[in-house]
Amino acid sequence: MIIGLSHYLAVAAILFTIGVFGIFVNRKNIIVILMSIELILLAVNINFVAFSAFLHNAIGQIYAMFILTVAAAEAAVGLAILVTFFRNRGDIAVDDASVMKG
Amino acid sequence: MALQAIAFYLLAAVTIAAGFGVVSARNPVHSVLFLILAFFSAAGLFVLMGAEFLAMLLVVVYVGAVAVLFLFVVMMLDVDFTALRQGFARSMPLGAAVAGILAFEMVAVSAVVANRGAGGTSEGPLAATPDAPNAEAIGRVLYTDYVYFFQAAGLVLLVAMIGAIVLTLRHKPGVKRQVIADQVARTPASGMRVVSVKPGEGIQE
Repeated sequence: MIIGLSHYLAVAAILFTIGVFGIFVNRKNIIVILMSIELILLAVNINFVAFSAFLHNAIGQIYAMFILTVAAAEAAVGLAILVTFFRNRGDIAVDDASVMKG
Repeated sequence: MALQAIAFYLLAAVTIAAGFGVVSARNPVHSVLFLILAFFSAAGLFVLMGAEFLAMLLVVVYVGAVAVLFLFVVMMLDVDFTALRQGFARSMPLGAAVAGILAFEMVAVSAVVANRGAGGTSEGPLAATPDAPNAEAIGRVLYTDYVYFFQAAGLVLLVAMIGAIVLTLRHKPGVKRQVIADQVARTPASGMRVVSVKPGEGIQE
């Protein structure tokens, strides 16, 4: 019973799908949408690290690190926008988010 | 090898179950806690693949910073989360259908890709270069070939930090604030004046 590359890729694919599913079913709750995006990025990271490990090449892990950086920055800015939106509206329903335009 | 397989299936099952918990939990605080569990078990998968440095990074950055940030925001905002769950059941069938098709396609493609030899000829995952530890192997590449990308990543973090501060900073009216420039620019001429006081009257105004 050897755990090969396809096993890790399958886990990443399922995790990615769960993230997409989360965006579908929680369309109004932007906090859960942000968490689903984090799940999707985690799946991408698993893919990068799996290929890096099985191809004996460290560059995949470097890219995973950059994705980690961008994900952290995205979460910080996204939550800051959310806090500002909540202060102005008193609610975080994304349906009303179109009032933010121009 | 059997032990490795058991560890893999355990960690993978926990990761996927926790991921499902994130999207289906009623309480967003539970969602965040499931997210932490998912990151922890994914870090375990990374260790299993020989990427110890990235596993520790995942725990420190995601669990230590990002998940706690989510937890702060969820608990700080006084939001009626039951109202936000409207339409959950309505978009469930479409979401499940799309997710099922997507999962089937991606798993099939990854199985085909892996069977064609994308994973190299090795039997199992190893550290990137077997003669050097994982952190050393990453450092050797990161600080030489990818040093500009490394600097750019630092820049991204700096811009994100400034952006988050600018977005959330607000000046409440009526709160006394210290203005250093005004204090430094204050001279004896502007700070005091000489008044002639008549005896027995004191200072008016």
